[in-house]
Amino acid sequence: MIIAQQKPVKDIAAMISDCNKVLFVGCAGCVTVCLAGGEKETEILASSLRIMRKLEHKPIETVTFTATRQCDPEYIVALDNMVQEVDAIVSLACGVGVQYLAERFKDKWVVPALDTKFIGGATEHGVWEEKCGLCGDCVLHLTGGICPIIRCSKSILNGPCGGSQYGKCEISKDVDCAWQLIYDRMTALGKLDKLMEIQPPKDWTKSRDGGPRRAVREDVMIG
Amino acid sequence: MPCSGTIDHRVILHAFEDGADGVFVAGCMEGDCHFLKGNIRGKKRVQYVKQILDEIGFGSERVEFFNLSAAQGQRFAEIVKEMTERIMQLGPNPLTSNPDGKEGGIA
Repeated sequence: MIIAQQKPVKDIAAMISDCNKVLFVGCAGCVTVCLAGGEKETEILASSLRIMRKLEHKPIETVTFTATRQCDPEYIVALDNMVQEVDAIVSLACGVGVQYLAERFKDKWVVPALDTKFIGGATEHGVWEEKCGLCGDCVLHLTGGICPIIRCSKSILNGPCGGSQYGKCEISKDVDCAWQLIYDRMTALGKLDKLMEIQPPKDWTKSRDGGPRRAVREDVMIG
Repeated sequence: MPCSGTIDHRVILHAFEDGADGVFVAGCMEGDCHFLKGNIRGKKRVQYVKQILDEIGFGSERVEFFNLSAAQGQRFAEIVKEMTERIMQLGPNPLTSNPDGKEGGIA
């Protein structure tokens, strides 16, 4: 899932300092799971900003709504009536949701409440780690299910580098060397010989090198 | 609410928005939670709300979490007295102390 974290309340307040009525839109997708922009966080942020603005003697009126997903047009249609009377929209979605709202409500000031961080998962309650580099050409079948693109600090494909010490990366003793993990796992699986196979250069045209990417499934397209 | 483990950040924030001068949450002694960690989780949520209140300039002193058992009547009285004195020193809720504001209270 996409992992995001809320910006400082003061930064969000500055974005809407000249607005009197604001719509706060949460998202019930990834940002609900990572506790950054779900229904609860949306109401907490709205309440915090109401208190803050009242202390500044500039009260603000808030409306809150949590969309099933902000990254699908069909789920933000429900906002059409709500946006009429507000001066701005604060999106608690990832960067995708913010852009969908800005695109649909062209005459409204749409601002992000979150910083979109990475693609990852939870390692324990309240802790999330980056796991996928979105390279567009998965190599996990070659590396024992451990991604060298994002979990190796240098994204090395024939690692480890000289900075690997006692299984840790040179950038921090708290960061595992991905290639040590790959080596250990392939050893445990009895597939160490797979690492000796010559691989062609990775096709980076499937990554960000070609500009914004698009995925199409013609069989499910309507019309 | 009957259990500190059910405390929600929004309940505390709304109490202040509604005019409460102070909020204290009384949870069971650590290690005595019927639900194992409810009181510890409740305390963490109160700490999080304190951070928010400091960040937005309201101040975190008006909310506090205390641990005590249901059998500690005297300790409860001490806590109430301590919290009341703290709130009396802080004065009325700044959200309601404006000229046309309503009176606050302790929730």
